[in-house]
Amino acid sequence: MADPADTPPPASSQGAGNRPALSLHVPEPKFRPGDKADFSDIQIPPAGAQPRPDESVKPADMAPLAYGLVRVLGEDNKAHGPWDPKLSPDTLRTMLGHMALVRAFDERMFRGQRQGKTSFYMKCTGEEATSVAASMALASDDMVFPSYRQQGILIARGYPLIEMINQIYSNKADKLKGRQLPIMYSSRAHSFFSISGNLATQTPQAVGWAMASAVRGDSRIAATWVGEGSTAEGDFHSACTFAAVYNAPVILNVINNQWAISSFSGFAGAERTTFAARGLGYGIAALRVDGNDALACFAAQQWAANRARANQGPTLIEYFTYRAEGHSTSDDPSGYRSAQEREEWPLGDPITRLKDHLIALGEWDEDRQAAMDAECAERVKATTKEAEKNGILGHGLHHPFHTMFEDVYEELPWHLEEQADQAIRERIAKFGTERPFG
Amino acid sequence: MSDDIATVTEVAERRLNMIEAINEALDIMLTRDPDVIIMGEDVGYFGGVFRATAGLQAKHGKTRVFDTPISECGIIGVAVGMGAYGLRPVPEIQFADYIYPGLDQLISEAARLRYRSAGDYIAPMTVRSPFGGGIFGGQTHSQSPEALFTHVAGLKTVIPSTPHDAKGLLIAAIEDNDPVIFFEPKRIYNGPFSGYYDKPVEPWKKHPDSVVPEGYYKVPLGKARIVQEGEALTVLAYGTMVHVAEAVCKAKGVDAEILDLRTLVPLDIKAIEASVEKTGRCLIVHEATRTSGFGAELSALVTERCFYHLEAPVERVTGFDTPYPHSLEWAYFPGPVRIGEAIDKLLKD
Repeated sequence: MADPADTPPPASSQGAGNRPALSLHVPEPKFRPGDKADFSDIQIPPAGAQPRPDESVKPADMAPLAYGLVRVLGEDNKAHGPWDPKLSPDTLRTMLGHMALVRAFDERMFRGQRQGKTSFYMKCTGEEATSVAASMALASDDMVFPSYRQQGILIARGYPLIEMINQIYSNKADKLKGRQLPIMYSSRAHSFFSISGNLATQTPQAVGWAMASAVRGDSRIAATWVGEGSTAEGDFHSACTFAAVYNAPVILNVINNQWAISSFSGFAGAERTTFAARGLGYGIAALRVDGNDALACFAAQQWAANRARANQGPTLIEYFTYRAEGHSTSDDPSGYRSAQEREEWPLGDPITRLKDHLIALGEWDEDRQAAMDAECAERVKATTKEAEKNGILGHGLHHPFHTMFEDVYEELPWHLEEQADQAIRERIAKFGTERPFG
Repeated sequence: MSDDIATVTEVAERRLNMIEAINEALDIMLTRDPDVIIMGEDVGYFGGVFRATAGLQAKHGKTRVFDTPISECGIIGVAVGMGAYGLRPVPEIQFADYIYPGLDQLISEAARLRYRSAGDYIAPMTVRSPFGGGIFGGQTHSQSPEALFTHVAGLKTVIPSTPHDAKGLLIAAIEDNDPVIFFEPKRIYNGPFSGYYDKPVEPWKKHPDSVVPEGYYKVPLGKARIVQEGEALTVLAYGTMVHVAEAVCKAKGVDAEILDLRTLVPLDIKAIEASVEKTGRCLIVHEATRTSGFGAELSALVTERCFYHLEAPVERVTGFDTPYPHSLEWAYFPGPVRIGEAIDKLLKD
């Protein structure tokens, strides 16, 4: 059906003289609820088809890589071509284990929100490779500036699950003192920057961190993750400009999961070009990668890290993937997109693909997979029980009231002292005690 | 002030204008602290459009003092990342009027970082920016947006009014571990301004507070300065308006106690209370627009805390609630006539 927005207005409202009437194009996704999803128009090159240039390649020579799709894992579940990172079976199993744990964690936390244990949660189902596999290609002290769907990085870096759950429950053991919306983690010890919630703000910050590392003659690099929808923010373009101008040792990872809440990627410009191609305009090396192919994700990040470490400058990587579930616990995707999309997505599921690859290598089997999945679920369940001893949201086991006023500034100014007194007076008036329960 | 003081001290003391004092503070901090980095539009080789960073790149090198793309969002965002690394960036925003593209990075990021990460990360940056009018800058080179920043939890806002304080406050701001907005009143970069715009411009060298000690010193944040003691009324002002208020009180022969607030957040509430309790009358003067200006906060604080000492309603003298006009600049500016009228009203009974 023709989009009414694309229909020219009647002649009577046309402009002066012979000039044709203009019409506004408002993007519309291919499928809405009830539609049959058909992704046959998406160009998917065979695994191994893309060349792998030297890390010192000029961005201007990277156009095929910015418009194509780097893929390693083929339909035969084998690794193909020059981008194969040739990881050991142990490393592949570790990668698979992290991804399985992320999925089990997401399942449990989502349920926890539905059970009223917290206010909010965001899963990364279908996108696990873009954070787990990509971050495994970095050094553990390379600084990451994530968006809100990169829990896989924390898990790959060994951040304790219980700390994640304490944060999600905003309980008395929450390292962030109950100040942040669930999943907005921060861990300096894991070189993991504080997640904002305002979109794309982390991108120029990552560039600034990388510039500082270069100023200091350090060897650590920075990497940031941002959704394709958020690349529309000015911050992303400031980040690209600064990264290019100062040749900063930074990796700009764009997770193109097709959906920004209910807005499809066309509202970030995907009808016109690829997100990787944006890098070329800035003179930034650019790769477009199958985001459901863990080996391709690892290989691209490794390529970009090598380039940054050799003072060859920044890389923008687009991970072409699919957000298999809703944006968060607060939206129902069946209200804006076809329920068939997930099943029809032509790049499959990243965990299944990596599992099948390991099986094809003779290094894994379905029984071990089932055992691992059960172990992940059990581990998450046990840790959740442990975290619940520290409280769940809204059940009184929170940090003392005074902490609300701390860390606004390094020292409490007089006006916050006065307001803290007020808050504590209110508490005593209501509960007869200054201290929270527990 | 009398010429005698100037003549006597001129021999022994070093006198700087505000630009020279700021430049010296930056030079000292670049020398003392390898974490300090200066960046901004035109601040490098050229030394800044107001010359505040002149000579610093040549002396300290291109990776310590450098030019940036014209992107305030990028400048502040990059400074947040540098702070997370462990540097102490001192970005310059060429005019306060240009700061708005950087607001999200200031308000949602720099100001909140310590809080949201529970101290894991901080943003120890000092954002320098010339502000205020009186130089025929039109609406895009004259604004005083301080109230946008005083409204943000987590930011400190500092505004010097003399070369001596500009140097000491800037050093204190750079050493501060919280993000500081450092607004420099550009009308008084080269000399104090009486508000009598049709009179000849006075250079700083005739003003006692242009005596700037050599080397490192700090003027603490959060401490007001008593410009002159008096009994008839209290004047609360900052930046350019300190000098305008002083000149008007002198011209009218009013025994005013004038407080230069120097830091708006954190505010020196004790100094304000002590003065208003003594005089019983309070005049607030700022150049920024009136509605929701910082004067409204000051007025509310004085009324809440000193009400039973007040002998007249608090008066506010401010810019009008219009964009800063070009040709009618002096009609907009809260000059001697507007201040004089408010003083008369305060002292009426």
